[in-house]
Amino acid sequence: MSRLNDANIKLAREIIARYPRPKSALIPLLHLSQEQNGYITREAMQHLGELVGVTSAEVYGTASFYEMFKFEPVGKYLINICGTMSCALMGAHELMHHAEKKLGIKAGGTTTDGVFTLAHAECQAACTEAPTLQVNYRYRLRVTPDDLDRLIDNLRDGKLNEEFPPHGVLSKVRQSIDASRAVGAKAPEDVNESPVWLDGKAAL
Amino acid sequence: MTIVDPIKEAAPVDPNVVNITINDKPVVARKGELIIAAADRTEDFIPRFCYHPRMSPVGMCRQCLVEVETPRGPMMVVSCMTPVAEGQVVRTATDGVKKAQEGVLELLLANHPLDCPVCDKGGECPLQDQAFSHGPGESRFVEEKRHYEKPIAISDIVYLDRERCILCDRCTRFADEVAGDALITFTSRGNDTQVLTFPDEPFSSYFSGNTVQICPVGALTAKPYRFKARPWDLEQTESTCTSCSVGCRTVVQSSRDELVRYQGVDIDPVNWGWLCDRGRYNFESVNSPDRLTSPLMKNGSELVATSWSVALENAARMIRLALAQSTNNVAILGGARGTNEDAFAWAMLADKLGINQRDAQLGDGLSPEVFNLAQATIDETCAAKTIILLAPDVKEELPVLYLRLRDAAQKRKSRIIEFSSRNSGLTPYVWRTVGFEPGNQAQIVREALATPEMKEQIARGEVVVVVGRSNLAESEVFTLQALGEVLSAVPSAKVLPVLRRGNVRGAVAAGLTPKDNSGDAIDILNAAAAGKIECLILLGVDPMADVADSGLVQRAFTQVKNVISIDTMINSSNRNADLVLPAAAYGEKAGTTTNLEGRISNVAQKITPRGTSRPDWMIATELSIALGVDIGVSSLEDLNEKLVNSVVAFAPSSDAKSTHGDGVLMARETPVTISGVASKVTDRNAYNYRLVVSRTMYDSAQSTIASPSLAGIITEAAIFVNPLDLARIGVTEGANVRVGADGTNIVIAIKADNGINRGTAWLPFNHTGVDIRPLLNIASDVVDVRIEPIK
Amino acid sequence: MSKTYVHAPGFVAGDRPKIVTSRFEFADSFTLERYLATDGYKGLRAALSRPANEIHEDVKSATVLGRGGAGFPAGTKWGLTPQQVWPRYLVVNGDESEPGTYKDRLLMERDPHQLIEGCLIACYAAGLSQCFLYIRGEMALAQERVATALNEAYAAGYVGKNILGSKFSVDIILHWGAGAYVVGEETALIESLEGNRGMPRLKPPFFPAANGLYGQPTIVNNVETLANLPWLLNHGVAAYTAIGTKTSPGTRMVAVSGHVKRPGVYEIINGTTTFRDLIFGEEFCGGIRNSNALKAFVPGGGSAPWFTPDQLDLPFEASQVGPAGSMLGSGAVMVMDETTDIPAAALTLTHFYAHESCGKCTPCREGGTWLERILRRVVDGEGTDADLQQLLEVGAMICPGAFPHAANEKLGLTAVPFPYKMTTICFVGPSAFAPVHSALTLFRSEFEARVKKRVTIPVTAVATETASVGVSA
Ligand SMILES: Cc1cc2nc3c(=O)[nH]c(=O)nc-3n(C[C@H](O)[C@H](O)[C@H](O)COP(=O)(O)O)c2cc1C
Ligand code: SF4
Ligand code: SF4
Ligand code: SF4
Ligand code: FES
Ligand code: FES
Repeated sequence: MSRLNDANIKLAREIIARYPRPKSALIPLLHLSQEQNGYITREAMQHLGELVGVTSAEVYGTASFYEMFKFEPVGKYLINICGTMSCALMGAHELMHHAEKKLGIKAGGTTTDGVFTLAHAECQAACTEAPTLQVNYRYRLRVTPDDLDRLIDNLRDGKLNEEFPPHGVLSKVRQSIDASRAVGAKAPEDVNESPVWLDGKAAL
Repeated sequence: MTIVDPIKEAAPVDPNVVNITINDKPVVARKGELIIAAADRTEDFIPRFCYHPRMSPVGMCRQCLVEVETPRGPMMVVSCMTPVAEGQVVRTATDGVKKAQEGVLELLLANHPLDCPVCDKGGECPLQDQAFSHGPGESRFVEEKRHYEKPIAISDIVYLDRERCILCDRCTRFADEVAGDALITFTSRGNDTQVLTFPDEPFSSYFSGNTVQICPVGALTAKPYRFKARPWDLEQTESTCTSCSVGCRTVVQSSRDELVRYQGVDIDPVNWGWLCDRGRYNFESVNSPDRLTSPLMKNGSELVATSWSVALENAARMIRLALAQSTNNVAILGGARGTNEDAFAWAMLADKLGINQRDAQLGDGLSPEVFNLAQATIDETCAAKTIILLAPDVKEELPVLYLRLRDAAQKRKSRIIEFSSRNSGLTPYVWRTVGFEPGNQAQIVREALATPEMKEQIARGEVVVVVGRSNLAESEVFTLQALGEVLSAVPSAKVLPVLRRGNVRGAVAAGLTPKDNSGDAIDILNAAAAGKIECLILLGVDPMADVADSGLVQRAFTQVKNVISIDTMINSSNRNADLVLPAAAYGEKAGTTTNLEGRISNVAQKITPRGTSRPDWMIATELSIALGVDIGVSSLEDLNEKLVNSVVAFAPSSDAKSTHGDGVLMARETPVTISGVASKVTDRNAYNYRLVVSRTMYDSAQSTIASPSLAGIITEAAIFVNPLDLARIGVTEGANVRVGADGTNIVIAIKADNGINRGTAWLPFNHTGVDIRPLLNIASDVVDVRIEPIK
Repeated sequence: MSKTYVHAPGFVAGDRPKIVTSRFEFADSFTLERYLATDGYKGLRAALSRPANEIHEDVKSATVLGRGGAGFPAGTKWGLTPQQVWPRYLVVNGDESEPGTYKDRLLMERDPHQLIEGCLIACYAAGLSQCFLYIRGEMALAQERVATALNEAYAAGYVGKNILGSKFSVDIILHWGAGAYVVGEETALIESLEGNRGMPRLKPPFFPAANGLYGQPTIVNNVETLANLPWLLNHGVAAYTAIGTKTSPGTRMVAVSGHVKRPGVYEIINGTTTFRDLIFGEEFCGGIRNSNALKAFVPGGGSAPWFTPDQLDLPFEASQVGPAGSMLGSGAVMVMDETTDIPAAALTLTHFYAHESCGKCTPCREGGTWLERILRRVVDGEGTDADLQQLLEVGAMICPGAFPHAANEKLGLTAVPFPYKMTTICFVGPSAFAPVHSALTLFRSEFEARVKKRVTIPVTAVATETASVGVSA
């Protein structure tokens, strides 16, 4: 069973309600289900289809477009080493080789204990701090081979549990909108008038 | 007094005309038209793959690049997404354009397997053709091509070869945008993009065949046609589908005197090029080994082959014998599956013999008076501001009409108000659904249309009522009453009658309808059951399987002395007939047919009739001679001439050419209004469930059962109730339950369906497995059943 | 004086006007408390105290240029929505993924309230009734900071119903991406926000301002663009336009990466700062590492055609960089010194764009991969002369006709002005070719050597403690 659990269904409904059209919530909900299960399962996609009112095929079509959604289990820590130009200029390829040796796997692989998955990544928006890597989408910058060794050892020893939640957990903070403050989403066809503040007068 | 300026008056400027030039030749285009569409009216062909005139353009293959003059010099644009503009200068064959088009083709071929010799599409493949006409002539791609598992079955009918796919988005766009069955989509990204279904959820769409037809390569193929023929030994002719009353335009293709494929033909007023899978693939039944090839006559308890002369002689004898006592002793059922000419020949014969009891409908149709109300065409319906549905599930019964209505609701902003007892295929697209319990629809309609919201909507413009029988377990009275309510609320509303069988409108107009106030099909069967019919003639009908009240039919058939069946195959009704005359099937005979809106169009003969089978009209003619009442028909042309000259409705089709292409509408009668029908709302016992019985696309119809590719899709009979009722009955999904009415019980699996109101139960008609018809009783207005768990 | 802060990795502060990075010096710059203590939400208050159309006028007259890549003035864009069509939406482009680009993430992590305030001002001025803040999926911290800030701002009455007690109400919805570069393209961003595959739509007809999210008028603005608005409202148009030049007023954030002494993110003065200032200036990058020679640089993100040292004196001014054959793009300068293996460097970019192709249009989907395969063969020392020609020919299938490359005095090359002709829907296709074309035109001999000698050379040497070194054989 990897449909959303009750708590997450509640959350999912809240998220769906924020958008003028339910399907817009699909990517956030895929993240939610990846957070619950560590990866995207078949049943999860069917469930999300039901929740936002599209076919499972459409959910799959969307999900498979995006790099972050994994359809098979990955390690607890997904290590993404950037290999795009700025990082490559600063030794990213060598860093990757080093990581492969250290973990005993090739890029794309997962260690047999299921702790690490190593992957090539593209530019991580930290180019001035090359070479860079991310563990579960959290940064390490100007990474030297020694840094990498230490990082892997510490992760394995559970010393960095605070900083790096397991794969699937992305943002540790969620947006929550109190009903008393929310304007609320309306389907576009239900809005026909200009916003009230466009009346030519100051709002305050 | 106003003075009219004669010059201004003489040259009205059409605001919708846009003048452009394509390759320096002037072209008159319409405002908003795309360059590629305008170019399609010239001799300059712009190559394309993703563009399809009936779907929104996506501009993704980039094959249709052309140059358009701009103030900053020529600009390369895709002609399938660029609208025309006044004074626009378009060039489709400059060096730059040619180079770009060659480039795109080379790129498309880069990963293409080029297995044309073993590809079904080879010989009629737009990729092959355009590579030849607009390609670079050679490929410089030396790398390894993309590899995928060779064809995978994505449904019962369709196979997908991803290596051949050029990712044009036609099939996926069709599934989503046209059919509303987004069961195939692009998956992955970039160079790994591929069309796929969700794992283990097949592309089971009623319209899947269209994707095969519009795929510009051989990536999608259909089981019924795979490796059947090569394009160069195909022969083809345009025709009209008669599998239901939509009347989709088709081309019928054969190879070596065998039907091998139907393709949709795009005509504006009806099907826009689409077909449903039932209509598209039931040609297999024409090729069935079970087709009758010679007349059969009862010998003891067996049917044995005989010659036409013996058969006709015996038929004449049976009819004469019966008529000798009274003309009321003979009745004709059926005729809606044949051509207008077939029906007319039989009607002439009946007239000559004085047989008044005839009916092309089987008690599940509409009273002909509905055809005399102000009629709407499909186009008028889809252009109406408000469409009121008082009809069966159009997606199940009239599939391509569903596509048109869905399009109207989705793209044309028509608003649909649906009155129904259970959700239909259109429900997701309608503006409002109003539920009713069988029997109280008139009241519900009256109340609903009186609400301010509905009144406001109705006041927005034209209103069309789509009306038909949505429940085989209720009396027609309720439908007529509800229709009456709509018409009294909106007297200007037009009516589009929906009928499942192909040529009801034509058969009725040609005369196969009760004459001189004699009874309809149900009255005929009642008379038969009462022993008052000696000879029953079945014109391509199988009442044993097709009439809702099976008890009645059985009683009728045991009483009738002689049954003469004219049919293509043995079925449950003619298995014990005295005489079976083999009829030519669809594709084996020519003539005209009439669709639900009264559109007359031709059906074509493409192959020779099997064995000695022959068209119904010919059988009528020969029988009339055997009976000594020659109806005087010497040929099909002769018969058609008689038809258009003697039946006013068919007069507009007097020029045979008018029945080609778009066809021509029947002459319309002066509209009448519908007479009030007495209301008989009955109360339901709270412990009972009121039955809705209706048809689905794939049921045990003869043409479906006899088409191997379709037969497997028919599902087992089951009863469907609201999930909450499932709990109330105390069973789980899939369990067997006992369903009883009036002392009759059946045991059947039960399933949950959110689209059904509580207290209502739905039984799909004519599915495999359990026969549900014993529950039905035509004499009662509604059917209430008990549903009990089996301990 | 240049300054760096551990809490803002990469950011280098200088003695220049700070419009969007003013709070980066504070370790708690992302909190509402700090924000309020440093003029926070004052710009919003100033905006709401005047009619909306006046605020729109201000943004127009300040010529706030888009910082997402195209450099289109925000005020003008807001004015392109069709009359009387409602609702209209704001979509904030925080998908930052153009190779070399690093600024929006800093702005979201370090000063999320500034962004929120900018969104509110835009919605007020342009009558946008809902705002979607689309943050790249791979930025966990940015998502946390923006989520926290939004929660605070909602609670404090800055976002949501009746903002600051006024009649102005708008929701800001935080939305996450999931890893696809192309989604940064505005129409793909909209598709993605609709829950679809992020495949760009063709413009025209799908100009977001007219036909965007759910077919409604939609303003798509970059994070940095919007982050400018609070300051603008606080200090006024005159103060804003006093910085920079008339056509490129204000500042902009630029990330300089690669072989410079001090790679980093700088807020520079728009229009006047030159590439030479930036790469060699002491207050900026301080020159090339190990005092090596500059070989080439990418002036505006991975999609931009490359420049060579003779273009160093071009300023950050679109009207000069465009005719010179490239673009300022997303404020990302990637610097290559003399040790750089040019074909290998180009391959990293071509690989990037081929990998990130959405697959919608043929030339990009098929051509990008084809380019990558040929180039990889060449880099691997297995290419032929014909391959070099083939690279250009496949490129011409994506970018037909004369293709721009940076002018180069030594090679006698004249630039063809940017942007280029293309057979694709969006710029990803051409971007796969731009690096190949620049590299092959400007450094052909390196390719030829590779083809002739058929040797394999590492891209760069291993990173060392101090700085890593690009080495070529
Ligand atoms: C392939 C491609 C990728 C892009 N990526 C981004 C991006 O990551 N962030 C961004 O703000 N704009 C990006 N853009 C530019 C956007 O399409 C759009 O022009 C911009 O968000 C508008 O905001 P602005 O006017 O404030 O600059 C990209 C454009 C293209 C063609
Ligand atoms: S299968 Fe055919 S129709 Fe579908 S995308 Fe591929 S080429 Fe186009
Ligand atoms: S909708 Fe009716 S007429 Fe059209 S193809 Fe299907 S069965 Fe034939
Ligand atoms: S150019 Fe590439 S990324 Fe852009 S639409 Fe075409 S295939 Fe997609
Ligand atoms: S190139 Fe590695 S972070 Fe940008
Ligand atoms: S036909 Fe125009 S792009 Fe495909």
